[in-house]
This record gives sequence, structure tokens and C-alpha cells, in this order.
Amino acid sequence: MTRSTRFTGIILGGIFPLILLVIWQVLCSLGVFQPYLLPSPLAVLDSIVELAEDGSLWAHIGITTYRILLGFLLGVALAILFGCVVGFYPLAQRLLDPTLQAFRSIPSLAWVPLFLLWMGITETSKVTLIAVGVFFPTYLNLVSGIQGVDRKLIEVGKIYRFNNRQLISRIILPASLPSFLVGLRGGLGVGWMFVVAAELLGASQGLGYLLVFGQNTTAPEIILASIVLFAVLGKVTDALLAKLEWRALHWQDSLVHKR
Amino acid sequence: MLTLETVTRTFPNGKVAFRDLSFEARPHEVIGILGTSGCGKSSLLRVIAGLDSEYQGSISIDQVPLQGIHERVGVIFQEPRLMPWLNVIDNVSFGLRGDQDTIRKKAQNFLHLVGLKGFERHYPKELSGGMAQRVAIARSLVTSPDILLLDEPFSALDAFTKMQLQDLLLQIWKKCQSTMLLVTHDIDEALYLSDRLLILRGQPGELVEVVEVAEPRPRSRGSERLARQKQEILQLLHLTEEKTGEMHDGADIREHHSAARRELSFKGLS
Repeated sequence: MTRSTRFTGIILGGIFPLILLVIWQVLCSLGVFQPYLLPSPLAVLDSIVELAEDGSLWAHIGITTYRILLGFLLGVALAILFGCVVGFYPLAQRLLDPTLQAFRSIPSLAWVPLFLLWMGITETSKVTLIAVGVFFPTYLNLVSGIQGVDRKLIEVGKIYRFNNRQLISRIILPASLPSFLVGLRGGLGVGWMFVVAAELLGASQGLGYLLVFGQNTTAPEIILASIVLFAVLGKVTDALLAKLEWRALHWQDSLVHKR
Repeated sequence: MLTLETVTRTFPNGKVAFRDLSFEARPHEVIGILGTSGCGKSSLLRVIAGLDSEYQGSISIDQVPLQGIHERVGVIFQEPRLMPWLNVIDNVSFGLRGDQDTIRKKAQNFLHLVGLKGFERHYPKELSGGMAQRVAIARSLVTSPDILLLDEPFSALDAFTKMQLQDLLLQIWKKCQSTMLLVTHDIDEALYLSDRLLILRGQPGELVEVVEVAEPRPRSRGSERLARQKQEILQLLHLTEEKTGEMHDGADIREHHSAARRELSFKGLS
């Protein structure tokens, strides 16, 4: 992708949201929406600027990013551990996978009361919840990636008398990388969902806390400001992973990589 | 060099791929293995390669019984089977161990040999089918195998690329001196490349004939003698009906049959 095509991409992608914003602003100025229910985009922007000026915005963003980063890393680390064991050893799959699948079918938010009971309203309970959310998509994609590696490529390694360790590091892991990266992005998405849940339930700082604060003080512009910030942060972190994916998978012969 | 004695391969589901195969490959010989589909040609190659270890009978290389995958055996598959995440030079050096510089230099040499100088940094997705197969050839040769197994290596290529790569293979064979076992269903290819042809037929496949290709090298694709042998082979494979006009040819073949069979049984005894 060249710089200029990326630039036109941003412009093209920006047209529609811009039109929506203008319509929203116009309708608010005309008094169609009540400001205490739906404030105008400029009012939302104002409240973001206000938060930035008194410095609390950075603290909120900082703590939320910190939670999601920690939870994401923890969830991914566990997913790699379990994913590799279950992917490589059929016995481990038969032992562990049914249990993990059963756990997966529990809606992860159902864990919240238990985690609160065990760990209280602390960072630990929040990070744990996010890690649980991140774990499953990453784990599932990694396992299916490992098990889906082309047997024909593995045979090439066997012809060169690779031992198991070499087969894993030189063929199976690189070949399952695309699926793993899809899992990472899915995991990150779920992570953002869970950070909101965790912060809604009990926090004194963070973007999720801003949502609750806005609701309690009847300040919809703060709720909307928080939503906008979630959107921006979510998009930025996903773009970072997408970039990583691009770099790591430039060898793939797919439609996207030909553009 | 490579000896097979009454080798039978049975699949786990009880189906027999081929039965009681015996032959001996001499050093620096090209053996073509011809047969209709389903006669176990590819299964035979996989057994010799050590990829399938469940078989009856005995296989030995230089009088040593085969155990698993032999280090002196190289394989070229029907598909290139390149690692898509590695560039061409890393694919060629994939099976090499040791010092990075020496590995690279060696891979570079073989890349030149197959005519792909300047493509070192390309990825498999950027290669045509013929180029990818050249890389696969370089990759299998870089370990200097004494026995090279080729499983329909050119069957997925167009006619022109196929001919180019057949000639390339002969060039390399002269240089590398390895014994080659070539599985193919292309009679012209088999006759053009091989010193001897094993004709397999039936399900499960059985060795019905060993045909010596007497045509001296370098061969011409249009050679009359090769064309006559092709006719014989077609009849052996029951692909053509014997016509009255070719009666004397048919008699020739029958003679040839018995001669080959004598030779075969002699080898079985030795």
C-alpha cells in the first residue's frame, strides 16, 4: 500500500461519519434533540477538551489502557501456553479441550460476581476478567491454526529429518501465525468489551467509570465523550495489531496483500 | 544401491496399495515407475522415502535395511511445497544445517543451477508454477541426496515448462550422479528420462514388466524407437487394443516380455 492510496483511503472512509456529524450538529442546533438527552457533537468535544484541560482525561485513558494491556498480555500468554499444549499433543487435547470448551460457553460476564467476591473491587479482579475474555478467541484460533497446518509442509520437514522441536519452530508455528493473529485481534476486541464491564462495576477512574459518572450526574456529553474515546482507542490498538499482521504476513497470497 | 524385496503396502483400512514389489536400483540409474492411476505408484515412493513405515517385505539402501527416513534420500513432490513465509533462498536452504554463510552459498549455487539467479528475495506467491518447482528441485538437491525420489514432479505444469524442466533434470542428473526414481503417468516423460521402466498395473498394483529403454542419450523427443516402445507400453497397460496391422510388433513385445521376466526372476533370486 502506498502513502497516497492510504491517504485516499482515510478520506473515503471519513466522508460518511463527517456527514453524520454535520447532520447531528444541525439537528441539535435546530432544537430537535433535547440537550439533556442528546447533546451536540460540539458539546461532546467541549467536554473532552475540558477533561483534558483539568488533566483527568489522561488519568482515565491511562488507567484503562493499563488494564487492558495487562489483561490482554495475561490472556494471550495463557492462550499460547494452553493453545500450544492442546494443539501439539492429541492426549492433551482430549484431556483439556472439553473442559475449556465448557468454560467458553459460560458468558464471561457471569464470572464478574465471583471475581468481585474473590478479589474485591481491585485491579486484580478487573485484569483477570479482561484476561478471561481475551483468552478464548486467542486460544481457539491458535489451536485451529496449529491443527490446520498443511500436512504436506510437515512432510517436507520430515524428509529433512527434523525433530519435533524443529518441526514446531520452523513449520508449525510460522504456518499457524495467520490464524493466531486473527485470534489476537478478536481477543483485543473482546478485551475492550470487558474493560467497560469491569469499570462499570466498580472503579474510581477509567473511561468506564466516566460512563457511570455521566449517568449519575445526568451529563450525556460525558457518556458520549467516553464512548468516542473508546472508539478511538479501540481503533488505534486494532490498527496497531493490523499493522503487525501486515508485517508478519506479507508473504500471504491473499487479496488484501495484492492491493 | 536401493533394493526392494517383495514389498507390500497395506493401508490401515486394509486396502492394499501394491503387492510383492521387488527391484534393484543401480547407482546413477534413472528408473521410471509407470502405471495407471490407483496402482500405488505414489504409495511406493512414500514407502521408500520413509514417510509410510507400515509395509511388509524389505527395503535396503546399500545393504542396510531402511529405518524411517534415510538421510541420503531426497524427495521432489508433485507440488512444490515451498514454505510460503520464506523467500526463495531460505526455502532452498531449508533442510541444511550448519554455518549460515556456507548454507547460503550452497543454496545460491543450486539456485543458479536451476536457472533462478536473481530471485533469491522473492516469495513463493510471486513465482509461477514452473519457477516454484525449480525452487523445489534446488531445495531437494542442495542436500546432495544419493537417491532422489520424484513423485510426478512435472504433472502440474504446462507442456513447454514441463519439457524445460525435464531437460533441466537431466542436466542436473549428469552433474549430481544421483539415482533417480521417477513416478509418472506420462509415458513420453518416462521414456525420455529413464534408463529402465517399471510398469505397474492393477489394484493393488503389481509389477507386470520391466522395460529397458535402449535409446542412447542425449535422446530426441521425436525418436522413432521411443515411439515404438511407447506403443508397447500402452499395450502392456491395456490402454490400446492389439490391431491386426501391428501383429509382428505384438510378437516382438511378447518376446520382450519373457526376456524381461527372466531378468526379473533372476534378480529376485540373487
